[in-house]
Amino acid sequence: MSGKRRSNLIGFAFLAPNMTGFLVFTLIPVTAAFGLSLFEWNLFQPPQFVGLRNFVDLLGISRDEAGWYCNDPRFWKFLGNTLFLMVNIPICMAASLFLAIVLNQKIKGRVIFRTVFYLPTICSGIGIMLLWMWVFNPEFGLANSVLKLVGIKGPLWLKSYHWAKPSIMLMGLWGAMGGTSMILYLAGLQGVPPQLYEAAEIDGASTWQQFRHITFPMLTPTTFFIFITGVIGGFQGGFQAAYVMTQGGPDGATSTVSYYIYNHAFQWFNMGYAAAISVVLFGLVFVVTLINWKFGGKKVNYV
Amino acid sequence: MSRVADQHARRIVYGLSYVFLIGVGISMLAPLLWMLVTSIKSPDADVMSLAKWLPDKAHWGNYRKVMVETNFARALFNSFLVTISVTVGQVFTSSLAAYAFARLEFRGRDKFFLGYLATMMIPAAVTTIPLFILMRYLRWVNTYWALLVPGMFSAYGTFMLRQFFMTIPKELEDAAIIDGCGPLGVYWNVILPLSKPALATLSILTFMGSWRSFMWPLIITHTRDMFTLPVALAQFQEMYGVQWTLMMAGSVIMIIPMLIVFIFGQRYFVEGIQLGAIKG
Repeated sequence: MSGKRRSNLIGFAFLAPNMTGFLVFTLIPVTAAFGLSLFEWNLFQPPQFVGLRNFVDLLGISRDEAGWYCNDPRFWKFLGNTLFLMVNIPICMAASLFLAIVLNQKIKGRVIFRTVFYLPTICSGIGIMLLWMWVFNPEFGLANSVLKLVGIKGPLWLKSYHWAKPSIMLMGLWGAMGGTSMILYLAGLQGVPPQLYEAAEIDGASTWQQFRHITFPMLTPTTFFIFITGVIGGFQGGFQAAYVMTQGGPDGATSTVSYYIYNHAFQWFNMGYAAAISVVLFGLVFVVTLINWKFGGKKVNYV
Repeated sequence: MSRVADQHARRIVYGLSYVFLIGVGISMLAPLLWMLVTSIKSPDADVMSLAKWLPDKAHWGNYRKVMVETNFARALFNSFLVTISVTVGQVFTSSLAAYAFARLEFRGRDKFFLGYLATMMIPAAVTTIPLFILMRYLRWVNTYWALLVPGMFSAYGTFMLRQFFMTIPKELEDAAIIDGCGPLGVYWNVILPLSKPALATLSILTFMGSWRSFMWPLIITHTRDMFTLPVALAQFQEMYGVQWTLMMAGSVIMIIPMLIVFIFGQRYFVEGIQLGAIKG
């Protein structure tokens, strides 16, 4: 056996366990999802090929005597909810950046603060969601009990159509502001050369000017990274909160795209239609990733 | 004069920072403490009132009740079994593949690697449906196989470990090769021992992810004896929705293993987050 063939063989032998799993559990399913989106299938009867009908039903618009309407208004509503919840991304980022800047002064007990701020991230998961359902309980929850102490009658939180999304966002802010992005920002801040600030101070730049013209630009790579990963996660997010905390309600106020996919696939057994929604979701994420590749490579030098 | 004023201003900023940080810290801790306190309140006592923040007597019976009445013990066992197997499996397959990508020379290596990178952006929702159908064909639905096997392969882990392996000086391997080590020997005797921090980081991240993973176990398990902890907790909530003392006890049980892992692996977290962020 020639040396080259031998080294090929060894290389693939090392790759084999991971590659096999990767093929079977990622690559084939992704391909299958595209195929499946062209069928109608409820798992129990044989699948029916329907071409692009699922996509027309999902994205298309039709017209009747009353005027134009969306074929699947729920999808657009839930996509809207998903985007609404993503407003939380810049809010959390601003909070993380602010926390990081405050922590980055020579604060005593910095490690303790950092650990406490990181706790919600550690604990995150369904336990935390149950906790927040309890906090948001309109009658006995922590939120309204505290508000009552200062004489405010609190809202119904998760049970109110208008407050449900902000409630979930508040939980998200609590969980994320001291988490991964704060740690990335702290690392980023430490990478800013101190000479820049010294020079700025000699020139008489104010704190805000220093932030505006030194800190923020120097952190652009970090900001960009956190934002892009946040957006990619955001499009896919909201399932767990919807399933556990609100069942997507009240009146669909907290249903997101991923919750809609779950319901079509595993509650209503519209496998083909669910696959079609997931393909659309893939498209959205793909566009964001392309933006990342196009602009990320140039302007961004990672931490 | 302005120097004095400057110092004065600085001290004020410093003091305000403290007040702010302590305030944020309290708002982070308060809900968690409240969960703990609720979990040891007697269910028939005046559980709800904020005036009686602390119960007179810790009521540990909630924990016993949760464990016994709701099959939580079994779910806890399932969760440990799944999480540990997935973690070991993922670190093993990822490290082998990462070694191949970092060090071995074979045809199409870099193309394969790019392929791996590209799949990291595929939303889980896209693969979940076909994966479920595959599990049906394999007759793996509601078995440990379905909980364990698909989680053992990770493009992310491969990527992260490859980045780390690239930083190991090649001379160390050359010495081992002169001593007669083959690729497997180099991988086992040189690369793995030198990569303990990266392996620990990946293990911790995988453990956390697998422990709290919800959607896949929810879809793939149907009977109580197969539920993992998050699924058991969600189902529990559907059944006992208003019994907050029990629900908080269940939540505490779910959170404690993650806290323990965090305490032991704290320093790897910061490193891990930064390693993960060096995506190009």
